[in-house]
Amino acid sequence: MEPRNRAKEELERLEVVAGNGLLDRRAFLRSGAAVAGTVMGYTFVRPAAAAPLADEPWSLGPGGLSRPYQQRSRFEEKIGRTLSNPNGEPRTSHARTPHHLINGTITPNGLHFTIVHSGTPDIDPDKHRLVIHGLVKQPLVFTLDTLARYPMVSRFSFVECGGNSAPMFSKEPIQASVQALHGLVSCSEWTGVRLSTLLEETGIDPKAKWIVAEGADSLALSRSVPVKKALDDAMIALYQNGERLMPGNGYPMRLLLPGYEGNMNVKFLRRLKLVEQPAMSYYETRTYSQILPNGKAFRFYFLQEVKSFITHPSPGLALRGPGFYEISGIAYSGNGRISKVMVSADGGRSWGEAALQAPVLSKAFTRFRMPWRWDGGPAVLQSRAWDEGGNVQPTRAQFVAERGETRNIPPVLGFPNQHYNSLTSWAVDGKGEVKHVYA
Amino acid sequence: MFTPRPRHAFVLLVALGSGAAFGEGPNLGRPIDPADIAGWDISILPDGTGLPPGGGTPAQGERIFAQKCAMCHGERGKGGVAAAVVGGGPIDRIEATKTIANFWGYSTTVFDFIRRAMPWQQPRSLTDNEVYALTAYILAENKLIGENDSMNAETLPKVRMPNRDGFIIRFPDKI
Repeated sequence: MEPRNRAKEELERLEVVAGNGLLDRRAFLRSGAAVAGTVMGYTFVRPAAAAPLADEPWSLGPGGLSRPYQQRSRFEEKIGRTLSNPNGEPRTSHARTPHHLINGTITPNGLHFTIVHSGTPDIDPDKHRLVIHGLVKQPLVFTLDTLARYPMVSRFSFVECGGNSAPMFSKEPIQASVQALHGLVSCSEWTGVRLSTLLEETGIDPKAKWIVAEGADSLALSRSVPVKKALDDAMIALYQNGERLMPGNGYPMRLLLPGYEGNMNVKFLRRLKLVEQPAMSYYETRTYSQILPNGKAFRFYFLQEVKSFITHPSPGLALRGPGFYEISGIAYSGNGRISKVMVSADGGRSWGEAALQAPVLSKAFTRFRMPWRWDGGPAVLQSRAWDEGGNVQPTRAQFVAERGETRNIPPVLGFPNQHYNSLTSWAVDGKGEVKHVYA
Repeated sequence: MFTPRPRHAFVLLVALGSGAAFGEGPNLGRPIDPADIAGWDISILPDGTGLPPGGGTPAQGERIFAQKCAMCHGERGKGGVAAAVVGGGPIDRIEATKTIANFWGYSTTVFDFIRRAMPWQQPRSLTDNEVYALTAYILAENKLIGENDSMNAETLPKVRMPNRDGFIIRFPDKI
């Protein structure tokens, strides 16, 4: 069969699997290049013919210099993190990842979210020390150089602030981008030394149940971590996507606790003390304890639970006329691998299963994709994720029933509560504009 | 990628029991005497473990607070560019402001956080007596202790915070 005819046949087989034009996720995965080319250009009306092709100036002469550390294209310079405290006032600084302006599953180091509670320390790596002490057989001190000689491991892991998505607790949907709503989560490949390797050398007194981790920042930020997690998959991370950690991500070393609340992944790590009881530090008993509707509060939430949101399209990325679009977003779970993501284009009345981009890794971002033929009418886009442990994102009604919502509308940069992992809904209107709604 | 390796716990316990050196690892960490860790060893546990000698009263703390804290936390700790450390409304909504009086579970956290983090521009510049005095002042202003109660390693852990039992462990199996 001629490629052209095969493509036509493939197009006709594109199966609508859910309301408002969601197509079978396999439509594009099984197609050859010829078919994909045709499908990507699919619209109800064939576009007008393209203009004649001609050389541009950059093709007609040699280009610029290479640099020791290359910079992105000048046309991309406006893509950046949004800053909550650009002038460094004496309070916490948040910098949020622009999920709607990047793609894939790895966050570029310059766009990884950061939160620093008292500025970013300027640490000389040669003078930095990590001490492990307390209920151990032999307290030990490590330098960066000595740690670099240990057997290393690499793993992909998301890190998410417990307060990510906090505006979603608002009783009414706050109009903001996916960056403002969900920008306090990012994903990297981290390389370093297993904490268990170091604990083998110090030895552990069986009485030790907790490890107080502390940073070298001016607050000496500290959190209590169960020894159980330390012996499971904790890492002293030295590298982030192949290069040394970014200063805002903990240079020269941080504790990495895959799947656990970002604040516990103590940055600028300088001390680990093994103890019998949790320290009840400021950040665990105040900031990262979550008030419930009955007035009690959760303590030691730890886990970043299963979650997903659509990044494309999303507010700020308007649709340009009816036709084909790929809906895509990210899903992740502190419990393990993502097992399924369902997508709806009609506000949850019907759902189709999205394709999961391989590799699907434990406690890391998984990108999901869903082909969609937008008919130009109103649509409400949602995603809902499941993890391999059978955990599923609660619907908003379920979530609000358990966790509540605010009495007043909070500021978009506020943190009315934490650990939101329910659904996000984007409404597309007839002009292709995308708004945040509750559905 | 790495997978959980439950054998670690076993290895550690066996090695502790036998007192044998660990042969397999690089063994590059340098032993350090606990006395040489003291400068960094500032964690206070809720039962008072780690509290240093010394003490202070609310009256002593009041003077230090006015000098070193009020410019950010406001007069008598009522709030300024930094959060209030005195007062607080009821926990009647999920976005209620959490304060020492209405939320914190342990008095030791007040000492621990002042000593490690305050004042903002000069952390770890206060003496232990000053930290005790500031802790006493803040607790007294919040009516959690009497205005003449001295705080020290004995008395501080015994201060019962109103919201001590207001917490639910989210995932007990993770501990």
